Amino acid sequence: MVKQTAAARPKLSKPKVSHFETIQGRRQALNVINWVLLAAGSILMLSPLWWMLVTSVKTMQEVMTYPPTFWPESWNWSNYMKTWEAAPFDLYTVNTLTITILVVIGNVFVNSFIAYGFAKVPFKGRNALFAIVLSTMMIPGFVTLIPQYVLFAKLQWLNTYYPLVIPAFFGSAFNIFLLRQFYMTIPDELIEAAKMEGASHFWIWWKIGLPLTKPALATVAIFSFNGAWNDFLGPLLYVNDENLYTLQLGLQVFKGQMSTQWNYLMAGSLLVLLPVIILFFFFQKYFIQGINLQSGGK
Amino acid sequence: MAGKRRFNYKTKEGLQGYLFILPWIIGFIVFTAGPLLFSFAASFTNYNVTSQMDFIGLSNYEKLFSGDQLFWTSLYNTLYYVLFSVPLTTAGAILLSALLNRDIPGMRLFRTIYYLPAVLSGVGVYLLWMQLLEPGTGMVNTVLAWFGIQGPNWLFDPEWTKPALIFMKLWSVGGGMLLYLASMQGISKSLYEAAEIDGANAWQQFTRITIPMITPVIFFDIVTSLIGGFQIFQEAYVMSNGEGGPVNSMLFYNLYMWQKAFEAFDMGYAMAMSWILFVIVFALTIVNLKLAPKWVHYEGGGK
Repeated sequence: MVKQTAAARPKLSKPKVSHFETIQGRRQALNVINWVLLAAGSILMLSPLWWMLVTSVKTMQEVMTYPPTFWPESWNWSNYMKTWEAAPFDLYTVNTLTITILVVIGNVFVNSFIAYGFAKVPFKGRNALFAIVLSTMMIPGFVTLIPQYVLFAKLQWLNTYYPLVIPAFFGSAFNIFLLRQFYMTIPDELIEAAKMEGASHFWIWWKIGLPLTKPALATVAIFSFNGAWNDFLGPLLYVNDENLYTLQLGLQVFKGQMSTQWNYLMAGSLLVLLPVIILFFFFQKYFIQGINLQSGGK
Repeated sequence: MAGKRRFNYKTKEGLQGYLFILPWIIGFIVFTAGPLLFSFAASFTNYNVTSQMDFIGLSNYEKLFSGDQLFWTSLYNTLYYVLFSVPLTTAGAILLSALLNRDIPGMRLFRTIYYLPAVLSGVGVYLLWMQLLEPGTGMVNTVLAWFGIQGPNWLFDPEWTKPALIFMKLWSVGGGMLLYLASMQGISKSLYEAAEIDGANAWQQFTRITIPMITPVIFFDIVTSLIGGFQIFQEAYVMSNGEGGPVNSMLFYNLYMWQKAFEAFDMGYAMAMSWILFVIVFALTIVNLKLAPKWVHYEGGGK
């Protein structure tokens, strides 16, 4: 509409307004400023990762040189081999993967099951119970962490993976909430139709619920992977045996061994972060979807 | 018989419902409610996991409030962190999402770049920041030196450890940014067009349209990041080797609780600490909920 009037006017009296006084002109100018700000910010955001990469391939001598450089004299990729061999990182990787895969499986299936119940099966006290689910998110982790430790100690579960894995099979408030949000967007008629055919809710969940919520399940899987892969506190508390160490614990110990050998420390850190970075680039849309579900959209 | 079965369908469906949420019910009792009850009871004892569990009344709480200087230090450190990190990350995320919420080339790429650091966490990230903040040869002070600023000693100077952690926290501002971006993209374009025709500039549009429309998300963000902020632990543990130094400047509430519970095994005392934290977080959340109607704008809410 604005465009039309602007186009129609010139014939009568060419208005001598400068480009920046028009709405479009202002908008364009703002977009340029915006773009410049965002580009500068992007460099700022990426610089730590660049620094990590550059430091990881420097020689120790170059790391200590002042002033340090943003481009290494030589790219010593062998630092990565040396790092990998300096500690049993292969064992740590296998251990971490074991825990992570189990946690992801538990989180995806069990939370989907629970969320279906809260979203699609009417039963007495459903809203009140769901309110309790939500309110548990407010409890600071340490309030339950200490008595849970006592519980797991009494069960003789210390120095095993049980405390890290078993709770994942009993639902987590955040994931239940996320999946329930998604289930709410599935029309009830679909469920009703299946019920008319005589299907039980379990059948409906397995055959209709799971396939229809795949995108949300991918989100839960990725968040859970991230959480389990990066978990430091859990293994720190429950795992003592070095043969059971995870990557996070291993990296912490490695830090003690290497003290200030920053090239090796950065190589180790980058190796541990790499799977998450790769996952992010491939499945970014599911990360973003998780955020959107949180804010109440779809 | 057939009639009875029909009559019972609702009860049968109800039973199915309970079966669906059964895993959560079990988990809630075993991993949350039970431990909460135990912890509350044990906070009035001298429990130490192995041998003793004598009722000592309010002694733990009295000792915390009157005789434990480190308790106050850890509370101060945590409040300091929350007080700066929550407003800064919230404001940062809102501004960033406002910049991104425009039709500009490369918007998707920018979004990816800003979000990436937010998905990274764990020891790798803490080690990276320890290197970035190295006083002599770290990146941060190197860049500051370009502008003629002599950077502080960051993690070695008790005055600068908490700002360092807040700085690190700001790197992951992208998570909040996405939350706001999603909400901003839901605002009707016609609102902005109408305002533009009325001559409102970008800043006026931002403060009069964007901000009010995203207040529900701001509220959600503040509530969750307050709860999260009070629980800062891992970064302080890794960066100070579990000690909270230098000069206890990184001894956050949870770190001190950790030392009491799992190093000194003074479990009763640590559990009393955890309940004080619970009360603080709970009270703040209630205050937030009470204040919400005054500033949070819900569409169709009549206000």
